[in-house]
Amino acid sequence: MKEIYMDNNATTKVDEAVFEEMRPYFCDLYGNPSSMHFFGGQVQKKVDEARNRVANLLGASPEEIVFTACGTESDNAAIRSAIEVHPERRHIITTRVEHPAVLTLCRNLSKRGYRVTELNVDGEGRLDLNELRAAVDEDTAIVSVMWANNETGVVFPIEEVGKIVKEKGKGAFFHTDAVQAVGKIPINMAASTVDMLSISGHKLHAPKGIGVLYVRKGVPFRPFMVGGHQEHNRRAGTENTAAIIALGKACELAGQWMEDENTRVKAMRDRLQTTLLELIPRSRINGGQAERLPNTLSIAFEFVEGEAILMLLSEKGICASSGSACTSGSLEPSHVLRAMGVPFTCAHGSIRFSLSRFNTDEDIETIIRELPPVVRRLREMSPFGREFLNA
Amino acid sequence: MWDYTEKVREHFLNPRNVGDIPDADAVGEVGSLACGDALKLYIKLDDAKERIVDAKFQTFGCASAIASSSALTEIIKGKTLDEALATTNQEIADFLGGLPEEKMHCSVMGQEALEVAIAKYRGGPVPTHHDHGHEEVEPGEIVCKCFGLTDTFLKKVIAANKLTTAEQVTHFTKAGGACGGCIPKIKELISEVLGAQPTEERKKPEKLTNLRKMQLIQETLEKEIRPLLWADGGDLELVDISGSEVQIAFRKACAGCASSGNTAKFVELKLRDLVADDIVVQEVEG
Repeated sequence: MKEIYMDNNATTKVDEAVFEEMRPYFCDLYGNPSSMHFFGGQVQKKVDEARNRVANLLGASPEEIVFTACGTESDNAAIRSAIEVHPERRHIITTRVEHPAVLTLCRNLSKRGYRVTELNVDGEGRLDLNELRAAVDEDTAIVSVMWANNETGVVFPIEEVGKIVKEKGKGAFFHTDAVQAVGKIPINMAASTVDMLSISGHKLHAPKGIGVLYVRKGVPFRPFMVGGHQEHNRRAGTENTAAIIALGKACELAGQWMEDENTRVKAMRDRLQTTLLELIPRSRINGGQAERLPNTLSIAFEFVEGEAILMLLSEKGICASSGSACTSGSLEPSHVLRAMGVPFTCAHGSIRFSLSRFNTDEDIETIIRELPPVVRRLREMSPFGREFLNA
Repeated sequence: MWDYTEKVREHFLNPRNVGDIPDADAVGEVGSLACGDALKLYIKLDDAKERIVDAKFQTFGCASAIASSSALTEIIKGKTLDEALATTNQEIADFLGGLPEEKMHCSVMGQEALEVAIAKYRGGPVPTHHDHGHEEVEPGEIVCKCFGLTDTFLKKVIAANKLTTAEQVTHFTKAGGACGGCIPKIKELISEVLGAQPTEERKKPEKLTNLRKMQLIQETLEKEIRPLLWADGGDLELVDISGSEVQIAFRKACAGCASSGNTAKFVELKLRDLVADDIVVQEVEG
């Protein structure tokens, strides 16, 4: 059975070229970059090269790049730094559709006395900038708004958000979780209002266990990982050198593949979307009217439940994801779909396909062939689906 | 990915008895689209209207909901109504070789549908489950407003499955799984049900050997103390015992809890009360 992997917003395959770049740094070039001898020095040079490559993809300076372990660490580091720098400010703004890395932290901080505003989204997953404008004040320590949503792919107007934060926040920091956006859409930090930005390596064909926090030059920063002097005192701990080197290569490749992502990959996504809507009645796109990442399709099928669809697809070798409650063990469907007001009839049966440059037209054809019978089979089994089919 | 047994997978991929029985003697329906799972159960009786000769189902839900429905129909076929009514959700789960705890509510849904079908057939009061709205309502106070679950129903599931934490009650019934507002009430119900069970009063022994003392400390932690911590989402682990010094490490919600010092004191008092007066409890990282 050929495996068709369309869950790239969860994690990606490590590019062979990325793996080859990191391979020597395990058993041969294993020096500690902090060491004073030549053996560590050659690794330090390669880490510097990786830092340059990451900075190039972001349109940033190398000294603005801090290597971390993952996107979650980067998000935590940014928000925790902001509240330490501004101890007198007790207000945090985020959105209802953030990744748990941000949302859980903010909700925990609210239990410690912080006022947390979670901005709403409309039915298409878009932010209301007027709500943001009304919320930001001089008590706001940080505004953390994701660049693109992991479930729907909806892209937020980050530069407009940043302008509002700078204008009304009078010193409030602006952080964006760009884990899903980096490598998929162009980002230029030199011309941006963003103070801090999070990246995760495994979302762009680097390995798991490596992340980046971009910290704009001049933005005061308080590390929550302390110890040695690595990363210019911004993140203690011996560098994960092989993964850093891999991430550098992955960023270089992401820049080269960006056009493909926005043309060929997008065309495959659009074909999948249009055909499934045609073939499967009572289906709808979550966030379909909003600007979205070129690789993401969140599609809902009424009267059926997501986990059951995923398991039947898995039997056919197709790997996707679901916004349904049952896949996560929680009882409510995805907080993103609920925040968008997606009706329960659709939220429980939502499936996310997230493509990468490694997907092919053949993959799309297979899904178009296999998915409609799966939905029909489950609808025939469902009391609500049967009512619909009989009507 | 859920760790489903081969039998759950088999009953999901090849469910038995899917469909309807147009001239069914009894139909039980529970769940709703909003809940995320629903089951409509059809039962056909023999001419004497006593034994179930056929059962079919329609299910909206995840793999374990479909597998549980399939299992239920297989279990009840050939049984009398009274025999079928005695089917527990645990029997459905056992038939499938077990279900993940988070999915136990699927087996409870099967049991509920069966109860509703038989109650409707017999013309007695129809139990209400989830927010599916039956005309006659089971007596009891609604505890979980999100899923429309009563205290009577929750107490029954708590007792039948020997549930000791609010999290377990959520896994088995969904109660508390949405807004979470009813969790304190669920904890009260657990205490009420557990408290209703006869417990033997334990007395502190007068003289203990070292070995017996250690055994008794372990026994007290397991039976008397840890279940109380579980009810609040916490836990502890026994790290070491040296004479009268007992080293414990807090886990889950107790780890890093601001009042863990008080909890350690409570553990010490409990051990002094039930084992020996000289016990000193020390919290360690482990």
